Amino acid sequence: MTELIFFINQVVISGAVLGCIYALGAVGITLVFGILRFAHFAHSELMTSGAFFAFLLAALFASWGIVTPIPLGFVVLPIAMVMSAIFALGIDKGFYAPLRKRGAKPVILLIASIGVTLMVQGLIRLFFGAGSYSFFETETKDVFRVDLAWLGSTRPLVITEPQLLMIIVTVVSVLALHFFLTRSRLGKAMRAMADNADLAQVSGINTALVVRVTWIVAGALACMAGTMLALDVTLKPDLAFNIIIPIFAAAIVGGLGQAYGAIAGGLLIGFAESLAVFNWTMVLRPLNGVLPEWAQLPATLSFVPTEYKLTVAFVILVVVLLVRPTGIFKGASS
Amino acid sequence: MALLELKHVVGGYGGAPILNGVNMAIEQSDIGVIVGPNGAGKSTTLKAIFGLLKVTGGTIEFLGESIANSLPDKLVPRGLSFVPQEKNVFTSMSVEENLEMGAFTRKDDFSETMQWVYEMFPVLAEKRRQPAGELSGGQRQMVAMGRALMSKPKLLMLDEPSAGLSPRYVIEIFETIVRVNQEGVGILMVEQNARQALAFASKGFVLAQGQNRFTGTGQELIADPEVAKSFLGG
Ligand SMILES: Nc1ncnc2c1ncn2[C@@H]1O[C@H](COP(=O)(O)OP(=O)(O)OP(=O)(O)O)[C@@H](O)[C@H]1O
Ligand SMILES: [Mg+2]
Repeated sequence: MTELIFFINQVVISGAVLGCIYALGAVGITLVFGILRFAHFAHSELMTSGAFFAFLLAALFASWGIVTPIPLGFVVLPIAMVMSAIFALGIDKGFYAPLRKRGAKPVILLIASIGVTLMVQGLIRLFFGAGSYSFFETETKDVFRVDLAWLGSTRPLVITEPQLLMIIVTVVSVLALHFFLTRSRLGKAMRAMADNADLAQVSGINTALVVRVTWIVAGALACMAGTMLALDVTLKPDLAFNIIIPIFAAAIVGGLGQAYGAIAGGLLIGFAESLAVFNWTMVLRPLNGVLPEWAQLPATLSFVPTEYKLTVAFVILVVVLLVRPTGIFKGASS
Repeated sequence: MALLELKHVVGGYGGAPILNGVNMAIEQSDIGVIVGPNGAGKSTTLKAIFGLLKVTGGTIEFLGESIANSLPDKLVPRGLSFVPQEKNVFTSMSVEENLEMGAFTRKDDFSETMQWVYEMFPVLAEKRRQPAGELSGGQRQMVAMGRALMSKPKLLMLDEPSAGLSPRYVIEIFETIVRVNQEGVGILMVEQNARQALAFASKGFVLAQGQNRFTGTGQELIADPEVAKSFLGG
C-alpha cells in the first residue's frame, strides 16, 4: 500500500499537474493554429510573461498587506489573464497582423514568432534579470498530507495547495472553454473559421473579430498555464521556453486545430513524462528480499533518466504520427 | 431599379483582368442563369459581386447602391448570399450549427428562418445533429443552400449547385431553387447543366472570355441556333 501511495504521489499527482499545464498551453497553440494556420512558437513567452504579470500583481497585493486564504497567485490570476490577453492582442497587432496583411506564408509567421520569443524573453531578462523568483517568499505553500494509515500505508498522500487548486482551475477552465466553443455564437464562429476560413468569410462572419477573440482566449489560457507552472516550481525568464517542445507535441498529438485533442494530448504527455522518470525501485524494493544477490535492484530504475525527460514527448509524437498522421482527434495536416 | 446591376465590370485576381466588361441586371423575382465554357469567368463574376476579388472597372449596384469591393460581412446583412461551388459546408460542425453560421450577421431571433429552411429541406431537420461532413453530396448542397438562406437574402448566388450530383438529385436541387425563388428570393446561378437550367431561367447570360456573348430569357437562349451550336452542344 505504501508503494501505491508513493506511486500516486509521484506519478498521478505530478502527472496531472504537468498535464494540466501542458493542456492549457497546447489549447492556445491549437486554437491559434486553427484560425491563423501557423505554429505560434512564442506561445511559451505568453505563458512566461503571464506568470510575471501574476507575480507582479501578487507582490503588489502583498505590499498592500492583503492576505488571502488561497495563494495570492490564484487570487490575482483573473487580472493577470486580462493583462495577458491584451498583451497577446498587442503582439498580434504589432507583428503578425501586418505580415498577414501582406499575405505572408505560415513559415514567415512562424519565424516572426521565434523573433517575438527572443524579444519578449530579452525584455523579461532586462527587467527581472536571469534569476528565479518564488510566489511563496512571503506566503507559505500549504501541503495537505492525507494520512492513509488506515489503508496500511506508512506514507501519507501528499498534495500541495497550489497543485490542488491548479487541477480545479484547469477543470473549470476546460469546461468553460467547452461551453464557449459549443454554445456561444463567437465560439461557434471560431470553430467555423478553423474548419473552413473561406466559407466563414462568405457566411459574413467577422473574421477579424474571431482572430481577436482567439488571441484573447489563447493569451488568457497561456497566462493561466504559466502562472500555475511558476506556482508549482519557480518563476524564471525561461520558465515556459523549457517546456515548449512537450506543449507543441501535445497540440500535434491531439490533432492540430482540435481543442479537445490538445487537452487530451497535454494530459497524455504529462502523465507519460511523470511515469517515464518514475523510480520503480521505490515500489519494487520489497522484491529485493526474494531476488538473488546478483539481481538486486539498482538505486534508480526508471524508463528514462530525468535529464532525458524531454525525449518522452518526442517518442509519443513520433509514435502517434506513425499510427495516426492527423493526431488522435484528426486535426489539420497542413 | 434592378435588385442587382452590373455594368461593364472589369476585374481579376491581380494579374491580367479575367472579367472584361460583364453586364447583368437581376430582379428579386428573377432566376438568372450564367452559362459558358470552362474558364469563361463565371465563378469569377459571382466572386466579384461578393467582394472576393478586386473589381477595377465598371459598377456593381445592389438596391441602387454601389457594392463594388464591399466585403461579405457587409454584403450579407444587406441581403446578398453566396454558395461557393466547393467546400461549401463546415464539415466538422452539425447541420444546425452550419445553419446558425449563416445567421451570424443577424442580431434578431432567427428560429423562424431555421424552421423555414427545415420545411424546405425536411431531410436536414432529421439530421440536424449530424456533422455536415457525414452527409451525401446532395444533402451537403442542401446544407450549403440552407446556410445561405439563414440570412434571409434578397438575392441568393449559387455556383454550380448541381455539380457532382446524380441526375435525380440535379432535378431535385433545381426544383428547390425554383421553390426558393417563389418564396421571394432572387437567384443568380452558374450552371454546367446549361440546357436544363436555362429551361427555368427568367434571365440567361452566356459568358465567354470575361464578357457577355448573349443575353436573353432562358427560352430565347435555348431557341437561339447560334447559342445552341456554340455553347449548348448543338
Ligand atoms: N484564385 C484565382 N487566382 C488566379 N486566377 C484564377 C483564380 N481563379 C480562377 N482564375 C482564372 O480565372 C479564369 C476564369 O476562371 P473561373 O473560375 O471564373 O471560370 P469559370 O467560368 O467558373 O469556369 P468553370 O466552368 O471551370 O468553373 C480562369 O482562367 C482561371 O484560371
Ligand atoms: Mg467555376
